[in-house]
Amino acid sequence: MRLLVIGALPLLVALAVLSVPAFRGRRVPVALLAAVALAHLGLVGSLWIAPESGTLGGWFAVDPLGLTVLTLTSILFLVTVTYAVGYLRREPPSSGRVFAGCLMAFLSAASVVALAQHLAMLWVGMEATTLSVAPLVFLRRDRRSLEATWKYLVISSVGIALALLGTFFLASAQGDVPGRPLVLPDLVAHARELHPAWLRAAFLFLLVGFGTKMGLAPMHTWKPDTYGEAPSLVSGLMAGALTSCAFLGIARITQVAMAAGLGPFAQPVLIGFGLLSLAVAAVFIVGQSDLKRLLAYSSVEHMGLLVLGLGLGGVGAYGSMLHLINNGLSKSWMFLAAGNVVLATGSSSATGNRGLVRTLPVSAGLLVLGLFAVTGSPPFGQFMSEFTILRAAINAGHPWIAAVMLLLLAIIFVGMAVLVLGMALGVPDPGSVPVRESGWLVLGPVALAATVLMLGVYIPGPLHDVLTQAAVALGGTAP
Amino acid sequence: MYSAAQLVLLFVVLSDLAVLGTTRLSSCIRGIAAQGLLLGLLPVLVAPQLSVHAVSLGVGTIVVKAIVLPWLLGRAIREAAVRREIEPLVGFIASQLLGVLAVALAFAIASRLPLPATTQPLLVPVSLATLMIGFIVLTTRRKALMQVIGYLILENGIYLFGLTQTESVPFLIELGVLLDVFVGVFIMGIVVFHINREFDSLDSTRLAELTD
Repeated sequence: MRLLVIGALPLLVALAVLSVPAFRGRRVPVALLAAVALAHLGLVGSLWIAPESGTLGGWFAVDPLGLTVLTLTSILFLVTVTYAVGYLRREPPSSGRVFAGCLMAFLSAASVVALAQHLAMLWVGMEATTLSVAPLVFLRRDRRSLEATWKYLVISSVGIALALLGTFFLASAQGDVPGRPLVLPDLVAHARELHPAWLRAAFLFLLVGFGTKMGLAPMHTWKPDTYGEAPSLVSGLMAGALTSCAFLGIARITQVAMAAGLGPFAQPVLIGFGLLSLAVAAVFIVGQSDLKRLLAYSSVEHMGLLVLGLGLGGVGAYGSMLHLINNGLSKSWMFLAAGNVVLATGSSSATGNRGLVRTLPVSAGLLVLGLFAVTGSPPFGQFMSEFTILRAAINAGHPWIAAVMLLLLAIIFVGMAVLVLGMALGVPDPGSVPVRESGWLVLGPVALAATVLMLGVYIPGPLHDVLTQAAVALGGTAP
Repeated sequence: MYSAAQLVLLFVVLSDLAVLGTTRLSSCIRGIAAQGLLLGLLPVLVAPQLSVHAVSLGVGTIVVKAIVLPWLLGRAIREAAVRREIEPLVGFIASQLLGVLAVALAFAIASRLPLPATTQPLLVPVSLATLMIGFIVLTTRRKALMQVIGYLILENGIYLFGLTQTESVPFLIELGVLLDVFVGVFIMGIVVFHINREFDSLDSTRLAELTD
């Protein structure tokens, strides 16, 4: 019952908001958004204490992988809503109900993805996340956001279409094998009887399809434009929650491929996409002149790390799951802090935005701290997760992968530091005055920063258990 | 029933090639509508026996792919007042040749795929050909509206492949897929309309402000 409410409640409220005439106009029903966010997080939290068995014939169920993504999404949604309270006062959207409705529709779609055990349901949810976010990217309704929305829609739609084809290939691989069609536990249980040729094709198509949504290189081209032009809170939600859902899609097919003994085929492909994403991110981060585009390329980098850990296996799978959480939290943190810069100065460009420590002390501080977090410096959570992935490379007997990864991470650190420190420090332009930062605009990122910092020094027991179970399901081990 | 299904699949390939060689956008939309109608007939024709499932899938397909989507696209070109695709990135003759190549390639690939013997023999090659032709339209045309049409053809190719799995993929899922396609094209239609208003043209190559 709880699972159905988690999936359906936000959608029902979204439909009500979109259809009831009382919600027309620019005003956003923020109280309603907050109520949905709190109810969702409460229900998701209760799943940690009292687990629930599958529902609707086993099509929906909570498992460690899904629970991780669901909890992350729910937390990021609540943070986004608190930020929206401050954001909407400064920049009201042209349509309040589109803003609130699309946000809640996204929450529903992401919950469906996280809870789906039927891989076609997972696809339906993933497509719905793409579509619910598109009007949010176009929120400002100017030329640049139009161009970004168009690129996002066309590229993601093609990606999602390829993923659908991959899902059909998987159904072909199942053929006459016993078990319910496309239901994950049955696929895993009978994995060795699946038709290997179809399974390989399904793996590749699902990886490329969901990889497009995740923003793995070379399918990442929509990402800098979309994250750069979308309102920052939307970019943060996309970079934190939506990409995690897409990663879950890839993790699901990896789960089946590993159970089928296709590891020697799947792992090199995952490692290849991971290293390529790191390399592409490094090339575009060095010399980048826009903060939000920089963060978009940083997202490409971290997506690369996620599939790299998955491909390395062993403790790498645990590292990836931990990194999923760290990256989700800190991408949202950075985009919200960047959003404060855009609200105050009208631009996220590095030229003309200097000395932010003097004009926006809290947000600039968050950006500088975040720089060290996203580049994997101790004591932040990313240091732990990236170190685990690095260890997996050495354990698996690939020291050269570890070396390449370290080199690229070092280049990325330098590239990011030049831009972020340049914006935060330096002498402010004459005429710029300190801006009062509203509490709503800094509350969310500060809370996220504290959580990421905590995960760097202490991982709570229940979380460690869930991550370990998820890693084992992906063919890995606990560190 | 096999021969009727084969005839319909043949017409699907012809409608692919027709869209590839047509300059008038309204003719392309008619081509897409015809293809949607053909696709709606197929669930009934390839099913081993007549079932409620096959008929409702067919009806749903015809409503979405042959009536609603072409109507939406038609409205978009009327409001935007565009008539023709001018100067595609690859010429019409060249892209039709590419299309024929795609069909040949699709048959070559399909003959190597391990398929159950009960599958209607033309279904998979026509699906792959339609997929590839959709991709050609999507990547070589400059009008945003033609790219939407290319995407629809790509989706139709996937739909055809899905027909080999009608027994294992239940009704609800197919409904979800149709709905997603519908909403996707609906949103694309709105964006196309805005592109026209902002840029006075539906030329997607003008969308080039955002670069590194």
